[in-house]
Amino acid sequence: MNEGLRTREGGRIDRSRGLHFSFDGRAYTGVAGDTLASALLANGVHLMGRSFKYHRPRGVLACGAEEPNALVAVRRDAARYTPNLRATQVELYEGLAAHSQNRWPSLAFDLGAVNDLLAPFIPAGFYYKTFMWPRRAWQWLYEPRIRAAAGLGRAPTEADPDRYASRYAHCDVLIVGAGPAGLAAAAAAAASGARVMLCDEQNEFGGSLLADDPRAAAAIEGRPAPQWLRETSAALGSNARVTLLPRTTAFGYFPHNLLGLNERLSDHLADPHPDLPRERQWQVRAREVVLATGAIERPLVFPGNDRPGIMLAGAARTWLNRYGVLPGTRAVVVTAHDEAYPAALELQAAGVFIASIADVRARDDGSWAARARAAGIPVLTRATVLGTGGRRRVNSILLAQLEGGEAGAQAQPCDLVLMCGGFTPSVHLFSQSRGKLCWDEGLQAFLPGTPAERVRSAGACRGVFALDAALADGAAAGAAAAREATAPARTGVCPSGAAAAAAAPPAAGGGAGFAGALPQPAGARGRAFVDWQNDVTTGDLALATREGFRSIEHIKRYTTTGMATDQGKTSNLNALGIVSCTLGKPIPEVGLTSFRMPYTPVSFGSFAGPARGELFDPVRTTPMHEWARARGAVFEDVGLWKRARYFPRGAEHMHAAVGRECLAVRNACGIFDASTLGKIEVVGKDAVTFMNRLYVNAWTGLAVGRCRYGLLLRDDGFVYDDGVVARVSENRFHVTTTTGGAPRVLAMMEDYLQTEWSDLKVWLTSTTEQWAVVAVQGPKARAVLAGLVDIDLAAAALPHMSVALGRISGVPMRLFRVSFTGELGFEVNVPADFGPAVWEALWDAGQAHDITPYGTETMHVLRAEKGYIIVGQDTDGTVTPDDAGLGWAIGKNKPDFVGKRSLERPAMTSPQRRQLVGLLTTDPQVVLEDGAQVMAQAGARAPARALGHVTSSYHSSVLGRSIALGLVAGGRARIGETLYVSVPAGDIPVQVASPVFYDPQGRRLHA
Amino acid sequence: MQPFSGLALLRRGLSGQRGWTTQWRSPPPKAAYDALIVGGGGHGLGAAYYLASEHHLTNIAVLEKGWIGGGNTGRNTTIIRSNYLFDESAALYDHAVRLWERLSQVLNYNVMFSQRGVMMLAHTVHDAQVFKRHVHANRVNGVDNEWLTPEQAKAFCPLLNTGNIRYPVLGAALQRRGGTARHDAVAWGYARAADALGVDIIENCEVTGIRRNASGAVEGVETTRGTIRAPRIGVAAAGHTSVIMKMAGIELPLESYPLQALVSEPVKPVFPCVVMSNTIHAYISQSDKGELVIGAGTDAYTSYTQRGGLHITSHALEAICELFPMFRRLRMLRNWGGIVDVTPDRSPIIARTPVPGLYVNCGWGTGGFKATPGSAHVFAWTIARDEPHPLNAPFTLERFRDGQLIDEAAAAAVAH
Amino acid sequence: MLLIDCPYCGERPELEFVYGGQAHVARPAQPAQVSAQQWADYLYRRDNTRGVHAERWRHTHGCGRFFNALRDTTTDHFRATYKVGEPPPSAAAPVPR
Repeated sequence: MNEGLRTREGGRIDRSRGLHFSFDGRAYTGVAGDTLASALLANGVHLMGRSFKYHRPRGVLACGAEEPNALVAVRRDAARYTPNLRATQVELYEGLAAHSQNRWPSLAFDLGAVNDLLAPFIPAGFYYKTFMWPRRAWQWLYEPRIRAAAGLGRAPTEADPDRYASRYAHCDVLIVGAGPAGLAAAAAAAASGARVMLCDEQNEFGGSLLADDPRAAAAIEGRPAPQWLRETSAALGSNARVTLLPRTTAFGYFPHNLLGLNERLSDHLADPHPDLPRERQWQVRAREVVLATGAIERPLVFPGNDRPGIMLAGAARTWLNRYGVLPGTRAVVVTAHDEAYPAALELQAAGVFIASIADVRARDDGSWAARARAAGIPVLTRATVLGTGGRRRVNSILLAQLEGGEAGAQAQPCDLVLMCGGFTPSVHLFSQSRGKLCWDEGLQAFLPGTPAERVRSAGACRGVFALDAALADGAAAGAAAAREATAPARTGVCPSGAAAAAAAPPAAGGGAGFAGALPQPAGARGRAFVDWQNDVTTGDLALATREGFRSIEHIKRYTTTGMATDQGKTSNLNALGIVSCTLGKPIPEVGLTSFRMPYTPVSFGSFAGPARGELFDPVRTTPMHEWARARGAVFEDVGLWKRARYFPRGAEHMHAAVGRECLAVRNACGIFDASTLGKIEVVGKDAVTFMNRLYVNAWTGLAVGRCRYGLLLRDDGFVYDDGVVARVSENRFHVTTTTGGAPRVLAMMEDYLQTEWSDLKVWLTSTTEQWAVVAVQGPKARAVLAGLVDIDLAAAALPHMSVALGRISGVPMRLFRVSFTGELGFEVNVPADFGPAVWEALWDAGQAHDITPYGTETMHVLRAEKGYIIVGQDTDGTVTPDDAGLGWAIGKNKPDFVGKRSLERPAMTSPQRRQLVGLLTTDPQVVLEDGAQVMAQAGARAPARALGHVTSSYHSSVLGRSIALGLVAGGRARIGETLYVSVPAGDIPVQVASPVFYDPQGRRLHA
Repeated sequence: MQPFSGLALLRRGLSGQRGWTTQWRSPPPKAAYDALIVGGGGHGLGAAYYLASEHHLTNIAVLEKGWIGGGNTGRNTTIIRSNYLFDESAALYDHAVRLWERLSQVLNYNVMFSQRGVMMLAHTVHDAQVFKRHVHANRVNGVDNEWLTPEQAKAFCPLLNTGNIRYPVLGAALQRRGGTARHDAVAWGYARAADALGVDIIENCEVTGIRRNASGAVEGVETTRGTIRAPRIGVAAAGHTSVIMKMAGIELPLESYPLQALVSEPVKPVFPCVVMSNTIHAYISQSDKGELVIGAGTDAYTSYTQRGGLHITSHALEAICELFPMFRRLRMLRNWGGIVDVTPDRSPIIARTPVPGLYVNCGWGTGGFKATPGSAHVFAWTIARDEPHPLNAPFTLERFRDGQLIDEAAAAAVAH
Repeated sequence: MLLIDCPYCGERPELEFVYGGQAHVARPAQPAQVSAQQWADYLYRRDNTRGVHAERWRHTHGCGRFFNALRDTTTDHFRATYKVGEPPPSAAAPVPR
């Protein structure tokens, strides 16, 4: 450690705890309490990064979240590699390994810096003007090179193993920012008994107090400021109704007082416990919000203002007072604001030689100037900077009096330049909340105006800078917020403009500062940077305005100013000042670019939280899932459900397994888990009326104990869902839906029942998860069930499409005689908890009858052999009942049902609509591909118009050939015709056929 | 128009790039024009450009209430593709892709159209069936689209997680001619080229009323900058179309929803293509600057606020982190919202209206950017000839009355 | 994520609700009697209001009830929520506190 740069005492660091770390592979030592930036500065390292475009050497400009230059990657291991972190926010820990970015081969020697030499030819927006010839070169020549040059850090290449947590919370008052105003607000709110949350992005509370010299600190409430800070924090921490969140950035302000907070839990630890999440995202719904987000010091814009060693005066104070680091030995101060003077005096007291203070303001009567002169520091007024020298560190600065021009310029050697252009209140969150900002001429700043949410601003973020005033402002805001939050009459979430209005802030004590570029004598040269990271200069802004970009949003997009990873925290107001000056329009007329979420960048992982792998979406399984899993079933995702697709034996592939399962059902008996089918109980004295109005079918004539295929349309006339409906009793229907359709069918039913037909006495209950459903299908199905149930299974007693209530193995049951396979079939509905036991009972009973478990793929083949449609596969939201060949289902005498009127629209009745037909390939072994297009002629050339497409296509074992269903224009009239299915290899001739391929008379069904 | 070229940059670089003049003028509105376009986004500016360049209507103006390209043109994720299902859609979007392929040269403005390939992931058997139907339909239509196995998908985008994933990747549809472009440049390029042909581009000019004559035909608009007369008015106002058309007494089958997008901090090239997953709602590419550009879904409710809910953003990032778990440590830099105007069948309306002289181009939902040149081109035709171009003839207003929908969403279960 | 005041349950987060589109779009009592245009208007035409919008929500993951709301679509702030069958409160009414 370079002891010469670390003070002997003072600061908020622990000199007794040395920490080893590395930067670009080189070993250094810091101390506990350091950030990476302060530790590097203590080691005399100023060069920490390279800029985005010109690869200029850069050091730290600021000391916090606004830092644009010192971006590094921190590597814990190959998977825990985090790029683009600000060195000013990276807390030092033992063994920290940081790397510089955007340079090759090294930070000190970067070939990319050739861009800096080309700068005259690559101004803002240059890429819009070139790289257009030859046409195809963009893709293979120019763009890859531009991409390689762009980007900052490298993305990690391995899956992030860390965990991210998420948390919802409510509170009466959320206070953002734990500086003096925020702490005062929290104390006042807590005193009234409100539930308070206080968050701050830094590792410790205190805000601006942390940058003060503790020996010279002001008194707060009669105590030295450090003591007040300690005691106030402790008191809040011991209050059970107060939640304190350090290392927590409020990154977004959403409607209705919802704020997003990002809490960093482990990045500052050398060896975090494996169970500790890396970050936690809070979503806090606050009844009232107090923003005490402070202000950000503004840099000055002058030629050569970007060299390492040139930094904000306040940052230098922080390095000294908080971290005990001397950021240089010989400094020149350039300022437009009083705040640079205490920084200069404190640094001088710590041993830094202050060569001079160049004040760009005209006045020469300020008390600060007098104090500086009394301390032996020359003060130059009406000053400007003509340029600076040095490559990897500033080594000189050229100061001039504004009137003097270059003639009177004096070059001063230095290794540190401090600048202060005033302070920009942090109105980011207020603006995100859609509060109106007002330009304050006296402060030269945008301040919170009319709020759009229940929010107050306090302290520096609304222009109240003086410590006493900020404390009082915070206390008043905290007390008022607590009062409002706990007011009994409070209802609703509407914003209240009056709630947050407060007295206008007092005029700035230290002056308004300066927004824009420092005036330059005519002919001055050298690039003055406005946006450090993106290398946007005053020249770029001038070019943009010259080219006719007048809106600040256009200028931002054309020059990229304010679009870097710091989101313009240090640059936006200067850019605005420059554009205002160029266009001759006042700043408020130029406008302000939008403040967007997030305030500072937030990890994707923090948004994703625990949603990964199995937890990405809920997994729904049926009661019999484990049985299928144990039998080696292959599952498919259907909505949230896992459904057994087939049950391979040994190394069997899907096609073999499905073929075997199909034949088993056709020849003996299959058992199938149909529990995922949606089930809705429709009950009430008007149940039949309700069903009549909703479904296309006629329900009045359906006898108790009988079932009917139900077809549901949307009111636009297209098929929405289908399923078997049983009339269990006079006023009770057991409605089944498709697996994926259950929630939306119930929602649709509720919609009509509650809002259109609220006079009907009907109750709807989802019973999908209450019933386990075991389908037993095949010629031997009756034999399998016979010994288990207390119901007469004879065809006469329980014919096809009927339902009976009874018991199976003693378990209550609704037994459906229905079939989606074309075979004799039963669907056994039992309470879900009994599902596995009943399944096992059926399985055992089936052993004598060659029972075979089958999955959804087999079910699909079996139903396709029978021409039964699957809604969503053979229909697609553009299919009418008639298209699907289901016109027979429509109750012809009903005056209305959902969708009926739409079916009369001209386009819905055209004979040329696509209709469901069977398609049989000439070669019976060729299986068509799903979705393949059906053409009228062979050899059609693109672009050609298809007649339709294949909706379902399988090899049918029982038929020994391929079968397919398709939607074909005017298809039913084409039965017998030969059409052609287009595939890349040519055309496959197919014959249009009836969609029922197997047992068209339905004898097996009625067995 | 000052020609743009590398040589011009070099030459002007010798004199501090001082020689450049305005890319488009900022004229005060004239009292009357031959035609007006309401809406200075890509579709409106492009329509003005094609009106001037192909239909020789140069005494026209584009009226923009804010700054050009400030709506959805500057707020989208810049994905361009044409592998739509229905003949009508595929033809329209593919017309756009063909125009995209030469747009930089035609406009002399580098719109950075990069045909990096758009890969749409299938996560379920149903997805696979739907995508294969697309692939077949597209081939017959002459639109490139191919089916990839999971291994081929992984080879095309090596970062893709095909391991521990809730919804495994069962395959993908890839359109190699698809890709991305630089959104701002599209607005600016059209503006500059149209301006050079004499078109007035009038910013900060909000239309507050539509004037109609005794016969009901349009005769001009009221604006915040005064009355402007014109016998033909084309409205291309995206999310605000309903508001504008109501001024002429026309109610549309439109609803405006918030749609969000976001970018990461820039990183070195890592992501070679565009990947979309409709099933788990993820859309991602990497911009030339290095930012990962990520699209989220729409919010559930209509809104004109240009912002959406945090849970929508979170869901998009859950999906991205599931597909690309190495991106969990990357950070969101910027999030924003647009207002998308959605029709019942998710297809646009580019048509004449019941009001003579009034034309509308709207309903692009989440898919408007990719169509920009094609949409603008046929819209200009429709305005100039008072009849639709064959490509937009099916995209009428009357199709909702007649049930002649072009329902990409229902048919495809694919977001645009 | 909005905070929605269910008239039956009180304030709940948006995640518990499903949006139901524009309110007070009544299904024609006798669809067979209406013209094609009237039917299309019922199915598809929406006010798409920029300003105070009467809309339906359903507290799906709560009481399950549909209700109506007035929401300003330029701010997403609710003016009121009210039960199905009740007339919309005056949009000009003062903002409840």
